Amino acid sequence: MPRITTPSQDLIRGIWDENPVLIQMLGLCPALAVTNTVKNALAMSAATFFVICCSSVLVSSCKRFIPKEVRISSYILVIATFVTLADMMLQAYAPVQHKELGAFIALIVVNCMILGRQEAFSSRHTVFRSLLDAIGTGIGFTIALLMMGGFREILGTGTFFDIPLFGPNFEPWVVFVLPAGGFLTLGFIILAMGYYEERKAERVEQSERTA
Amino acid sequence: MNGKLPADTLAVAPPGTEPAPQEPLEEKVSTFRLVATLAVAGILAGILIALVNQHTKPIIDAYRAQQLRLAVYEVLPAAATYNTFYLLDGMLSSTLPEGAKESDYKRVYAGYDEAGEPVGVAVSRGESGFQDVILVIFGFDPASNTLSGMKVLESKETPGLGDKIFKDQAWVDQFFDGPQTPLVPVKPGSGKGLPGEIDTITGATISTKAVIAIINNALAEWEPVLEGGIPEEGTQP
Repeated sequence: MPRITTPSQDLIRGIWDENPVLIQMLGLCPALAVTNTVKNALAMSAATFFVICCSSVLVSSCKRFIPKEVRISSYILVIATFVTLADMMLQAYAPVQHKELGAFIALIVVNCMILGRQEAFSSRHTVFRSLLDAIGTGIGFTIALLMMGGFREILGTGTFFDIPLFGPNFEPWVVFVLPAGGFLTLGFIILAMGYYEERKAERVEQSERTA
Repeated sequence: MNGKLPADTLAVAPPGTEPAPQEPLEEKVSTFRLVATLAVAGILAGILIALVNQHTKPIIDAYRAQQLRLAVYEVLPAAATYNTFYLLDGMLSSTLPEGAKESDYKRVYAGYDEAGEPVGVAVSRGESGFQDVILVIFGFDPASNTLSGMKVLESKETPGLGDKIFKDQAWVDQFFDGPQTPLVPVKPGSGKGLPGEIDTITGATISTKAVIAIINNALAEWEPVLEGGIPEEGTQP
Protein backbone atom coordinates (compact mmCIF):
# COMPACT_ATOMS: atom_id res chain seq x y z
CA MET A 1 0.00 0.00 0.00
CA PRO A 2 2.19 2.81 -1.22
CA ARG A 3 1.36 6.13 0.38
CA ILE A 4 1.50 9.18 -1.82
CA THR A 5 3.70 11.82 -0.30
CA THR A 6 4.70 15.21 -1.57
CA PRO A 7 8.32 16.39 -1.36
CA SER A 8 7.46 18.77 1.46
CA GLN A 9 6.09 15.86 3.46
CA ASP A 10 9.37 14.03 2.97
CA LEU A 11 11.10 16.99 4.49
CA ILE A 12 8.73 17.83 7.33
CA ARG A 13 7.99 14.29 8.49
CA GLY A 14 11.34 13.77 10.20
CA ILE A 15 11.40 17.14 11.91
CA TRP A 16 8.57 16.59 14.39
CA ASP A 17 5.92 13.95 13.67
CA GLU A 18 8.51 11.24 13.26
CA ASN A 19 11.33 12.91 15.14
CA PRO A 20 14.15 10.33 15.15
CA VAL A 21 15.04 10.78 18.80
CA LEU A 22 11.84 11.81 20.52
CA ILE A 23 9.34 9.63 18.63
CA GLN A 24 11.29 6.83 16.96
CA MET A 25 13.79 6.55 19.83
CA LEU A 26 16.70 6.10 17.42
CA GLY A 27 20.14 7.57 17.86
CA LEU A 28 19.79 7.72 21.61
CA CYS A 29 23.47 7.05 22.30
CA PRO A 30 24.70 10.48 21.13
CA ALA A 31 21.48 12.12 22.36
CA LEU A 32 22.24 10.97 25.89
CA ALA A 33 26.02 11.11 25.84
CA VAL A 34 27.07 14.45 24.42
CA THR A 35 24.20 16.79 25.24
CA ASN A 36 25.68 18.14 28.46
CA THR A 37 26.25 21.51 26.78
CA VAL A 38 24.55 23.26 23.87
CA LYS A 39 27.85 23.60 22.02
CA ASN A 40 28.53 19.88 22.14
CA ALA A 41 24.97 19.13 21.06
CA LEU A 42 25.38 21.50 18.12
CA ALA A 43 28.70 20.00 17.03
CA MET A 44 27.30 16.48 17.22
CA SER A 45 24.18 17.52 15.30
CA ALA A 46 26.25 19.18 12.59
CA ALA A 47 28.45 16.11 12.15
CA THR A 48 25.44 13.80 12.06
CA PHE A 49 23.63 16.10 9.64
CA PHE A 50 26.58 16.01 7.27
CA VAL A 51 26.86 12.24 7.46
CA ILE A 52 23.16 11.50 6.96
CA CYS A 53 22.79 13.88 3.99
CA CYS A 54 25.89 12.59 2.18
CA SER A 55 25.06 8.96 2.89
CA SER A 56 21.45 9.31 1.73
CA VAL A 57 22.47 10.96 -1.53
CA LEU A 58 25.15 8.38 -2.24
CA VAL A 59 23.05 5.37 -1.27
CA SER A 60 20.03 6.49 -3.29
CA SER A 61 22.13 7.27 -6.35
CA CYS A 62 24.04 3.97 -6.19
CA LYS A 63 21.13 1.77 -5.15
CA ARG A 64 20.97 0.06 -8.54
CA PHE A 65 24.56 -1.17 -8.28
CA ILE A 66 24.32 -2.56 -4.78
CA PRO A 67 23.23 -6.21 -4.66
CA LYS A 68 20.79 -6.67 -1.83
CA GLU A 69 22.90 -9.38 -0.19
CA VAL A 70 25.60 -6.86 0.68
CA ARG A 71 23.46 -3.76 1.03
CA ILE A 72 23.84 -3.40 4.81
CA SER A 73 27.63 -3.75 4.60
CA SER A 74 27.68 -1.23 1.76
CA TYR A 75 25.61 1.25 3.75
CA ILE A 76 27.88 0.89 6.75
CA LEU A 77 30.91 1.38 4.52
CA VAL A 78 29.38 4.54 3.06
CA ILE A 79 28.41 5.87 6.48
CA ALA A 80 31.80 5.01 8.01
CA THR A 81 33.57 6.87 5.22
CA PHE A 82 31.61 10.05 5.80
CA VAL A 83 31.99 9.74 9.56
CA THR A 84 35.76 9.53 9.15
CA LEU A 85 35.68 12.62 6.96
CA ALA A 86 33.51 14.47 9.49
CA ASP A 87 35.87 13.38 12.26
CA MET A 88 38.95 14.70 10.47
CA MET A 89 37.30 17.96 9.49
CA LEU A 90 36.02 18.62 13.01
CA GLN A 91 39.48 17.89 14.38
CA ALA A 92 40.99 20.39 11.96
CA TYR A 93 38.44 23.18 12.18
CA ALA A 94 36.78 22.76 15.60
CA PRO A 95 39.47 21.10 17.73
CA VAL A 96 37.95 22.12 21.06
CA GLN A 97 34.60 20.55 20.24
CA HIS A 98 36.33 17.51 18.78
CA LYS A 99 38.14 16.98 22.06
CA GLU A 100 34.93 17.31 24.05
CA LEU A 101 33.01 14.85 21.88
CA GLY A 102 35.86 12.34 21.87
CA ALA A 103 34.88 8.85 20.79
CA PHE A 104 31.27 9.80 20.12
CA ILE A 105 32.14 11.23 16.71
CA ALA A 106 33.41 7.84 15.57
CA LEU A 107 30.30 6.25 17.06
CA ILE A 108 28.07 8.07 14.56
CA VAL A 109 28.82 5.04 12.38
CA VAL A 110 26.56 2.90 14.53
CA ASN A 111 23.83 5.51 14.92
CA CYS A 112 20.86 3.40 13.83
CA MET A 113 18.97 6.51 12.84
CA ILE A 114 21.31 6.96 9.87
CA LEU A 115 21.42 3.29 8.90
CA GLY A 116 17.65 3.17 9.31
CA ARG A 117 17.07 5.99 6.84
CA GLN A 118 19.32 4.31 4.27
CA GLU A 119 17.57 0.95 4.54
CA ALA A 120 14.03 2.28 4.89
CA PHE A 121 14.09 5.28 2.58
CA SER A 122 17.15 6.08 0.49
CA SER A 123 17.49 2.57 -0.90
CA ARG A 124 14.03 2.76 -2.46
CA HIS A 125 13.48 6.41 -3.37
CA THR A 126 14.94 8.99 -5.72
CA VAL A 127 17.98 11.04 -4.87
CA PHE A 128 15.95 14.22 -4.46
CA ARG A 129 13.42 12.68 -2.07
CA SER A 130 16.17 10.92 -0.13
CA LEU A 131 18.00 14.19 0.34
CA LEU A 132 14.83 15.89 1.59
CA ASP A 133 14.19 13.02 3.94
CA ALA A 134 17.77 13.18 5.22
CA ILE A 135 17.58 16.94 5.76
CA GLY A 136 14.31 16.54 7.66
CA THR A 137 15.67 13.76 9.82
CA GLY A 138 18.86 15.73 10.43
CA ILE A 139 16.89 18.80 11.52
CA GLY A 140 14.73 16.66 13.78
CA PHE A 141 17.83 15.18 15.38
CA THR A 142 19.29 18.67 15.81
CA ILE A 143 16.11 19.94 17.47
CA ALA A 144 16.04 17.02 19.89
CA LEU A 145 19.71 17.41 20.79
CA LEU A 146 19.44 21.16 21.25
CA MET A 147 16.41 20.74 23.51
CA MET A 148 18.33 18.29 25.65
CA GLY A 149 21.54 20.28 25.55
CA GLY A 150 19.80 23.51 26.52
CA PHE A 151 17.87 21.91 29.37
CA ARG A 152 20.94 20.15 30.76
CA GLU A 153 23.33 23.06 30.40
CA ILE A 154 20.95 25.57 32.00
CA LEU A 155 20.23 23.37 35.01
CA GLY A 156 23.54 21.55 35.22
CA THR A 157 25.95 24.46 34.91
CA GLY A 158 23.69 27.53 35.00
CA THR A 159 24.84 28.72 31.59
CA PHE A 160 23.51 28.75 28.06
CA PHE A 161 26.09 28.66 25.28
CA ASP A 162 28.69 29.40 28.00
CA ILE A 163 26.85 32.62 28.97
CA PRO A 164 26.08 32.62 32.71
CA LEU A 165 22.35 33.02 33.24
CA PHE A 166 21.99 33.15 36.99
CA GLY A 167 23.96 35.05 39.58
CA PRO A 168 27.00 33.64 41.34
CA ASN A 169 24.71 32.22 44.05
CA PHE A 170 23.27 29.63 41.68
CA GLU A 171 24.17 26.13 42.79
CA PRO A 172 24.33 23.99 39.64
CA TRP A 173 22.45 20.69 39.61
CA VAL A 174 25.50 18.67 38.70
CA VAL A 175 23.40 15.55 38.12
CA PHE A 176 22.11 17.05 34.87
CA VAL A 177 25.52 17.12 33.21
CA LEU A 178 26.25 13.58 34.39
CA PRO A 179 24.99 10.60 32.36
CA ALA A 180 22.03 10.12 34.72
CA GLY A 181 20.86 13.62 33.84
CA GLY A 182 20.68 12.62 30.18
CA PHE A 183 18.16 9.90 30.93
CA LEU A 184 16.20 12.19 33.27
CA THR A 185 16.07 14.95 30.66
CA LEU A 186 14.98 12.63 27.85
CA GLY A 187 12.31 11.21 30.16
CA PHE A 188 10.99 14.66 31.05
CA ILE A 189 10.88 15.79 27.43
CA ILE A 190 9.04 12.66 26.30
CA LEU A 191 6.68 12.97 29.26
CA ALA A 192 5.88 16.56 28.32
CA MET A 193 5.32 15.58 24.69
CA GLY A 194 3.07 12.68 25.68
CA TYR A 195 1.03 14.95 27.93
CA TYR A 196 0.67 17.50 25.13
CA GLU A 197 -0.40 14.84 22.61
CA GLU A 198 -2.94 13.45 25.06
CA ARG A 199 -4.43 16.87 25.71
CA LYS A 200 -4.65 17.44 21.97
CA ALA A 201 -6.46 14.16 21.43
CA GLU A 202 -8.87 14.99 24.26
CA ARG A 203 -9.65 18.35 22.75
CA VAL A 204 -10.34 16.78 19.35
CA GLU A 205 -12.64 14.24 20.98
CA GLN A 206 -14.46 16.94 22.88
CA SER A 207 -15.00 19.08 19.85
CA GLU A 208 -16.28 16.04 17.96
CA ARG A 209 -18.76 15.32 20.74
CA THR A 210 -20.10 18.86 20.84
CA ALA A 211 -20.34 19.09 17.09
CA MET B 1 2.72 6.35 23.25
CA ASN B 2 1.34 7.85 20.11
CA GLY B 3 -0.32 4.72 18.85
CA LYS B 4 0.73 5.21 15.27
CA LEU B 5 3.93 3.74 14.02
CA PRO B 6 5.96 6.08 11.85
CA ALA B 7 6.08 5.10 8.24
CA ASP B 8 9.27 3.53 6.96
CA THR B 9 10.42 2.24 10.31
CA LEU B 10 11.06 -1.28 9.10
CA ALA B 11 14.68 -0.26 9.05
CA VAL B 12 16.10 -2.69 11.54
CA ALA B 13 13.65 -5.54 11.02
CA PRO B 14 15.42 -8.82 11.73
CA PRO B 15 16.15 -11.07 8.78
CA GLY B 16 13.26 -13.37 8.05
CA THR B 17 10.57 -10.81 8.76
CA GLU B 18 11.30 -8.96 5.54
CA PRO B 19 8.36 -8.73 3.19
CA ALA B 20 8.38 -11.54 0.66
CA PRO B 21 10.06 -10.54 -2.61
CA GLN B 22 7.69 -9.66 -5.44
CA GLU B 23 9.19 -11.98 -8.02
CA PRO B 24 9.66 -15.61 -7.10
CA LEU B 25 13.37 -15.72 -6.24
CA GLU B 26 15.53 -13.56 -8.46
CA GLU B 27 18.50 -15.25 -10.03
CA LYS B 28 21.30 -15.51 -7.52
CA VAL B 29 23.94 -12.80 -7.68
CA SER B 30 27.37 -14.29 -8.10
CA THR B 31 29.73 -14.20 -5.16
CA PHE B 32 32.24 -12.44 -7.37
CA ARG B 33 29.87 -9.53 -7.87
CA LEU B 34 29.27 -9.21 -4.15
CA VAL B 35 32.97 -9.15 -3.41
CA ALA B 36 33.65 -6.81 -6.32
CA THR B 37 30.98 -4.34 -5.20
CA LEU B 38 32.36 -4.14 -1.71
CA ALA B 39 35.94 -3.98 -2.95
CA VAL B 40 35.21 -1.10 -5.31
CA ALA B 41 33.29 0.73 -2.61
CA GLY B 42 36.15 0.15 -0.17
CA ILE B 43 38.76 1.44 -2.60
CA LEU B 44 36.73 4.56 -3.34
CA ALA B 45 36.21 5.16 0.37
CA GLY B 46 39.92 4.77 1.00
CA ILE B 47 40.86 7.25 -1.72
CA LEU B 48 38.36 9.79 -0.42
CA ILE B 49 39.63 9.50 3.15
CA ALA B 50 43.25 9.77 2.03
CA LEU B 51 42.51 12.94 0.07
CA VAL B 52 40.76 14.66 2.95
CA ASN B 53 43.40 13.47 5.39
CA GLN B 54 46.11 15.05 3.26
CA HIS B 55 44.29 18.33 3.57
CA THR B 56 43.42 18.22 7.28
CA LYS B 57 46.54 16.60 8.74
CA PRO B 58 48.81 19.67 8.56
CA ILE B 59 46.09 21.78 10.20
CA ILE B 60 45.66 19.25 12.99
CA ASP B 61 49.42 18.92 13.55
CA ALA B 62 49.89 22.67 13.58
CA TYR B 63 47.13 23.06 16.14
CA ARG B 64 48.68 20.36 18.37
CA ALA B 65 52.10 21.98 18.18
CA GLN B 66 50.63 25.36 19.01
CA GLN B 67 48.72 23.96 21.99
CA LEU B 68 51.93 22.37 23.26
CA ARG B 69 53.88 25.60 22.83
CA LEU B 70 51.26 27.55 24.77
CA ALA B 71 51.20 24.90 27.50
CA VAL B 72 55.00 24.98 27.91
CA TYR B 73 54.99 28.76 28.37
CA GLU B 74 52.06 28.47 30.77
CA VAL B 75 53.80 26.05 33.13
CA LEU B 76 57.17 27.84 32.83
CA PRO B 77 56.00 31.42 33.43
CA ALA B 78 59.58 32.75 33.58
CA ALA B 79 60.57 31.30 30.22
CA ALA B 80 61.02 33.47 27.14
CA THR B 81 62.16 30.66 24.87
CA TYR B 82 62.37 26.92 25.15
CA ASN B 83 64.25 24.07 23.63
CA THR B 84 63.29 20.42 23.22
CA PHE B 85 65.69 17.80 24.57
CA TYR B 86 65.36 14.10 23.92
CA LEU B 87 66.47 11.34 26.26
CA LEU B 88 69.19 9.32 24.54
CA ASP B 89 70.86 6.62 26.69
CA GLY B 90 70.23 8.57 29.89
CA MET B 91 71.61 11.80 28.41
CA LEU B 92 69.79 14.85 27.15
CA SER B 93 70.33 15.64 23.53
CA SER B 94 68.81 18.38 21.45
CA THR B 95 69.18 16.40 18.26
CA LEU B 96 67.98 12.96 17.33
CA PRO B 97 70.07 10.31 15.61
CA GLU B 98 69.67 10.18 11.86
CA GLY B 99 66.36 8.68 10.76
CA ALA B 100 64.93 8.31 14.26
CA LYS B 101 61.25 8.94 14.82
CA GLU B 102 60.55 11.84 17.17
CA SER B 103 57.63 10.14 18.85
CA ASP B 104 59.80 7.21 20.00
CA TYR B 105 61.79 9.35 22.45
CA LYS B 106 60.95 10.79 25.83
CA ARG B 107 61.59 14.49 26.01
CA VAL B 108 61.67 17.57 28.20
CA TYR B 109 61.19 21.18 27.21
CA ALA B 110 63.87 23.33 28.81
CA GLY B 111 62.89 26.96 29.29
CA TYR B 112 65.26 29.98 29.26
CA ASP B 113 64.70 33.56 30.30
CA GLU B 114 65.58 36.62 28.22
CA ALA B 115 69.26 36.39 29.20
CA GLY B 116 69.40 32.76 28.11
CA GLU B 117 69.63 31.44 31.66
CA PRO B 118 67.75 28.16 32.25
CA VAL B 119 64.62 28.64 34.38
CA GLY B 120 63.29 25.08 34.50
CA VAL B 121 61.97 22.22 32.44
CA ALA B 122 58.47 21.29 31.33
CA VAL B 123 57.62 17.59 31.36
CA SER B 124 54.46 15.94 30.10
CA ARG B 125 53.27 12.55 31.23
CA GLY B 126 50.04 10.54 31.08
CA GLU B 127 48.73 7.99 33.54
CA SER B 128 45.39 6.48 34.45
CA GLY B 129 42.96 8.70 36.27
CA PHE B 130 39.42 7.82 37.23
CA GLN B 131 37.99 7.35 33.71
CA ASP B 132 40.86 7.33 31.31
CA VAL B 133 44.42 8.51 30.94
CA ILE B 134 45.07 12.00 32.28
CA LEU B 135 47.80 13.81 30.34
CA VAL B 136 49.54 16.46 32.40
CA ILE B 137 52.33 18.91 31.63
CA PHE B 138 54.16 20.66 34.46
CA GLY B 139 57.08 22.99 34.94
CA PHE B 140 59.88 22.03 37.31
CA ASP B 141 62.96 23.87 38.51
CA PRO B 142 65.67 21.30 39.33
CA ALA B 143 67.82 23.95 41.07
CA SER B 144 65.29 24.55 43.85
CA ASN B 145 63.19 21.38 43.51
CA THR B 146 60.00 23.35 43.10
CA LEU B 147 57.17 23.32 40.60
CA SER B 148 56.40 26.37 38.52
CA GLY B 149 53.07 25.31 37.08
CA MET B 150 50.79 22.51 35.93
CA LYS B 151 48.27 22.09 33.15
CA VAL B 152 46.00 19.19 32.28
CA LEU B 153 46.35 18.56 28.55
CA GLU B 154 43.89 15.70 28.16
CA SER B 155 41.36 14.19 30.50
CA LYS B 156 37.99 12.46 30.33
CA GLU B 157 37.29 12.79 34.06
CA THR B 158 33.66 12.93 35.20
CA PRO B 159 32.04 16.28 34.36
CA GLY B 160 31.20 18.19 37.51
CA LEU B 161 33.42 16.05 39.75
CA GLY B 162 36.77 14.84 38.42
CA ASP B 163 37.01 17.61 35.85
CA LYS B 164 37.77 19.99 38.70
CA ILE B 165 41.42 19.03 38.14
CA PHE B 166 41.40 21.63 35.36
CA LYS B 167 38.29 23.68 36.17
CA ASP B 168 38.98 24.46 39.85
CA GLN B 169 41.29 27.47 39.72
CA ALA B 170 42.20 27.32 43.43
CA TRP B 171 43.50 23.78 42.98
CA VAL B 172 45.44 24.63 39.83
CA ASP B 173 46.94 27.70 41.49
CA GLN B 174 48.57 25.53 44.15
CA PHE B 175 50.97 24.24 41.50
CA PHE B 176 51.94 27.74 40.46
CA ASP B 177 52.83 28.70 44.05
CA GLY B 178 56.13 26.84 43.82
CA PRO B 179 55.46 23.75 45.96
CA GLN B 180 58.46 21.64 46.97
CA THR B 181 58.73 18.21 45.42
CA PRO B 182 57.87 15.44 46.03
CA LEU B 183 54.26 16.52 46.39
CA VAL B 184 52.14 15.21 49.24
CA PRO B 185 48.37 15.01 48.79
CA VAL B 186 46.46 16.12 51.90
CA LYS B 187 42.78 16.47 52.69
CA PRO B 188 41.72 20.12 52.57
CA GLY B 189 42.18 21.69 55.99
CA SER B 190 44.26 18.89 57.44
CA GLY B 191 47.62 20.01 56.09
CA LYS B 192 50.47 20.80 58.46
CA GLY B 193 51.77 23.64 56.38
CA LEU B 194 54.75 21.67 55.06
CA PRO B 195 56.15 22.66 51.67
CA GLY B 196 54.93 20.26 49.03
CA GLU B 197 51.48 19.73 50.46
CA ILE B 198 48.70 19.93 47.88
CA ASP B 199 45.08 20.09 49.00
CA THR B 200 42.99 17.49 47.19
CA ILE B 201 39.42 18.29 46.14
CA THR B 202 36.49 16.65 47.87
CA GLY B 203 34.53 14.75 45.23
CA ALA B 204 37.56 14.51 42.97
CA THR B 205 39.87 12.63 45.33
CA ILE B 206 40.96 10.00 42.82
CA SER B 207 41.51 12.46 40.00
CA THR B 208 43.47 14.93 42.14
CA LYS B 209 45.62 12.19 43.67
CA ALA B 210 46.26 10.85 40.18
CA VAL B 211 47.58 14.23 39.03
CA ILE B 212 49.91 14.41 42.03
CA ALA B 213 51.09 10.85 41.45
CA ILE B 214 51.77 11.57 37.78
CA ILE B 215 54.00 14.51 38.71
CA ASN B 216 55.85 12.57 41.41
CA ASN B 217 56.40 9.58 39.10
CA ALA B 218 57.63 11.79 36.30
CA LEU B 219 60.07 13.52 38.63
CA ALA B 220 61.34 10.21 40.00
CA GLU B 221 62.16 9.28 36.43
CA TRP B 222 63.65 12.61 35.33
CA GLU B 223 65.45 13.85 38.43
CA PRO B 224 68.54 11.64 37.92
CA VAL B 225 68.79 12.89 34.36
CA LEU B 226 68.38 16.53 35.38
CA GLU B 227 70.88 16.33 38.25
CA GLY B 228 73.63 17.59 35.98
CA GLY B 229 71.64 20.78 35.44
CA ILE B 230 69.70 21.98 32.45
CA PRO B 231 71.81 22.11 29.29
CA GLU B 232 72.68 25.51 27.89
CA GLU B 233 70.39 26.99 25.33
CA GLY B 234 71.24 25.32 22.06
CA THR B 235 71.34 26.76 18.63
CA GLN B 236 68.02 25.17 17.84
CA PRO B 237 65.24 27.68 17.22
